[in-house]
Amino acid sequence: MTRYSLRRRLVRFSAAHFGVLFFVLAAFTVVFILPLLSLFSQAFTNDAGVWAGLANYKRYFSSPALSVSVWNTVHISLLTTLFSTTLGFFYAYAVTRTAIPGKKIFTYAALLPIFIPTVVQALGLVYIFGRQGIITQLGFDISLYGRNGIVIAETIYTFPSAFLLFYTAFQFVDGRLYEVCNVMGVKPLKCFFHVTLPEMKYAIVNAVFVCFTLAFTDFGAPKVIGGNYNVLATDVYKQVAGQFNMSMGAVVGTLLLIPAVLSFIVGRFISTHNSGAMSAKTTALTIKENRLRDMLYFILCAAVSASFLFLVAALCVGAFTAFYPYDMSFTLKYFTFTESRGGLQAFFNSISMSALTAFFGTVFVFLAAYMIEKTDGYGLLTKYGKLLSLLPLAVPGMVIGISYIFFFNSPANPLNFIYGTVAILVLSNIVHYFSVPYLTAAGAFKKLDKEFEIVAESMKIPRWQTFFRVSIPLSANAVAEVAMYLFVNSMVTVSALVFLFSADFKIAAVAITHMEEAGENSQAAAMSILIIIVNIIVRALYELVIKFNKHKQSARESM
Amino acid sequence: MSFLEIRKVTKRYGTQTVLNDVSASIDRGEFVCILGPSGCGKTTLLRIIAGLETADAGQVFIDRMECTFLPPSKRDFGIVFQSYALFPNMTVRENIMFGLRQKKEMTQAVREKKVHEMLDLVEMGEHCGKYPRQLSGGQQQRTAIARALALSPSYLLLDEPLSALDAKVRAKLRAEIRALQRKIGITTIMVTHDQEEALTMADRIMVMNRAVIEQVGKPGEIYNKPQTRFVADFIGSMNFYGDGGKTRGIRPEKIRVVGMADDHNVRARVREVEFKGAFTRIYSVALNTADEFFVDVPSDRVDSMKLGRDSTLCLQIPDEHTVCYSIAG
Repeated sequence: MTRYSLRRRLVRFSAAHFGVLFFVLAAFTVVFILPLLSLFSQAFTNDAGVWAGLANYKRYFSSPALSVSVWNTVHISLLTTLFSTTLGFFYAYAVTRTAIPGKKIFTYAALLPIFIPTVVQALGLVYIFGRQGIITQLGFDISLYGRNGIVIAETIYTFPSAFLLFYTAFQFVDGRLYEVCNVMGVKPLKCFFHVTLPEMKYAIVNAVFVCFTLAFTDFGAPKVIGGNYNVLATDVYKQVAGQFNMSMGAVVGTLLLIPAVLSFIVGRFISTHNSGAMSAKTTALTIKENRLRDMLYFILCAAVSASFLFLVAALCVGAFTAFYPYDMSFTLKYFTFTESRGGLQAFFNSISMSALTAFFGTVFVFLAAYMIEKTDGYGLLTKYGKLLSLLPLAVPGMVIGISYIFFFNSPANPLNFIYGTVAILVLSNIVHYFSVPYLTAAGAFKKLDKEFEIVAESMKIPRWQTFFRVSIPLSANAVAEVAMYLFVNSMVTVSALVFLFSADFKIAAVAITHMEEAGENSQAAAMSILIIIVNIIVRALYELVIKFNKHKQSARESM
Repeated sequence: MSFLEIRKVTKRYGTQTVLNDVSASIDRGEFVCILGPSGCGKTTLLRIIAGLETADAGQVFIDRMECTFLPPSKRDFGIVFQSYALFPNMTVRENIMFGLRQKKEMTQAVREKKVHEMLDLVEMGEHCGKYPRQLSGGQQQRTAIARALALSPSYLLLDEPLSALDAKVRAKLRAEIRALQRKIGITTIMVTHDQEEALTMADRIMVMNRAVIEQVGKPGEIYNKPQTRFVADFIGSMNFYGDGGKTRGIRPEKIRVVGMADDHNVRARVREVEFKGAFTRIYSVALNTADEFFVDVPSDRVDSMKLGRDSTLCLQIPDEHTVCYSIAG
């Protein structure tokens, strides 16, 4: 009988599937889990490489100069979370639940910060609120450098995430609930507290954790406008890149993981508990007329969008004027970048790095999603794959960056040769931004009829052909979305890359921090504008692809 | 040995037994329907025949070869699902061609010829350039059948192929599928929960209930001589009544309404008269035993009977049409 059950197990076993799945998971383990382990081993050993237990942590918390950063970081993260979720909530409410004009424009405007590196957002703030900023010169000094600046910059940075979470959640609330409220004569305010808020509770919790984590781990903004206000992310950088104190850097790195891991757990919990509500059939809400409400929400949306646009406009002022604020004549001279900062080459490097990330990342994401979601019978391996694919959500870029230093820079590592090349940048980006694309790909595959595979198998079509001829073409929109997401994020990220770029291969977002550090704000602004333009073009291309697919699909459906 | 042999197959999911020691055999060229309510194990049986599931115990032989442990790709079958599962990014022609392109020994001209043949077979020639979503449900199903047959498999599996279609199309496709199957003589196994479909299409029906096959037989046998109470009840309608410690059954259309009462007749009171189109069903209660009887009478005869609620009537129950079950319940 045991022979029977063994043979039974082997029926669906295919060496090829197993091989690919195993390769995918092994590769991911090497570029993700092993570096993290080397980070932890650094945090728990002393400079001589001997096990030190919690000694490093004791040293960290007993030196006030260092540990003050913990409270600073918590402080700015809490404030950011408060502002960002509140603004995001009402902004999303405005574009889904009111009759204000220009909803589409407002929706796009809300996403603008996604295309801008946080260092650039901070730089924009310097042009507005800095010592010679546009608003400061009008007599309003908000003392930008330090806590205030960081909180403003992080609020801008985290706003799109909060907005998108609420935007999606509002669309899933069943409009009939409000009709029932209306019929029963429930007052609007009561309806808000008894219907809207309960329906939104998961989105709110999720947004709070996401915003907190993003603010907690961001490096770009505090680097530019943090002044003497130390936060954990800048501390890691100073310890590792400035003082070569690897153990201390590792200690701070592990601290950065804490809210991210918490947020990850909460996010998992919510997505398993909230899935029922998502699949239920809902009716869209019919929006009632209310002019006062619309006016208030219009003002809110207009104010938020205008400030984002103002930020970009301020960068343009910086980039295109000869010597702000003294000589306001138009110039293009800042677009010929100083060679020592990487010059225009840094910009092209960024594009090629992002394109490589988008290409290899998309291939890897869809391969992994297909192997993990569409093959069964590999029990534990599949489970491990599912965990691995989501875990990057819990690991901030800074942590990936230093982990990669510890892991790949070690001379004993046979993969040491990729250190200092574009390969390590691409790799860290793929790992850093893996999970969201993975969920997109897995979701797209799940929507496909399970029976496609069975039919194909009965027709003796090899699995890889079904993958390329059926699964991928039917997920074309998801492919475009994943590639766009990876490209845009690779263009703007600094956190992991600041540790990993080499002098031979500088990239734009890091070059901006260096220019800003050297006081070459105009050049930094010019470079920023180039990044924003490229990202907006890529996004527009993506929208075109979607439109084209839609057109193709409707042609296939018309009788 | 028959074309397909299933020997003592058992399948469990956790603690639930979906197939309990099931044996069956199917001859070459036969059209067999596996009929049963949802959850009876019929789909699992089909999936085991396809190799999509593997039995926990037992053996499957196809064409004299044991293939209990053979994966689907090593078996030689075509399959059609309720959802059609046509590839939406391919035209009708491309869907049929997709499998043929794997046959390296075929030249492109041979493949084209085969596609043409299939299109003719299901009368889809004029729609060959269309995408699945541009077709009606019936056309999609015909395309799915053509695709399943294109590789000339040795048997065809149909998993509730007509359930998603509306009544008219369904009736038409039943006849079409049956005619097509006769024409090419392919062994066909269809899973369905629709008894009418099974009765009209199958050479033989396997009625399944609670993980076992309750009865196998020609449609007429199944209908006229249901061996278990479940089969009697599941297929068509059946009156059950007590007869000296036994349970007897009779089909409602076999009961005759007669004018005169004699010893063999049952006097009954009419409870409800339900017009059902071609015939009318009369629900009644026997005056002496309180057994319930429903009788189907051609509607044009009902008017002359002048029946109303609470009127009494005489039922004649011909012995030759009754079935006897020793176990009541």
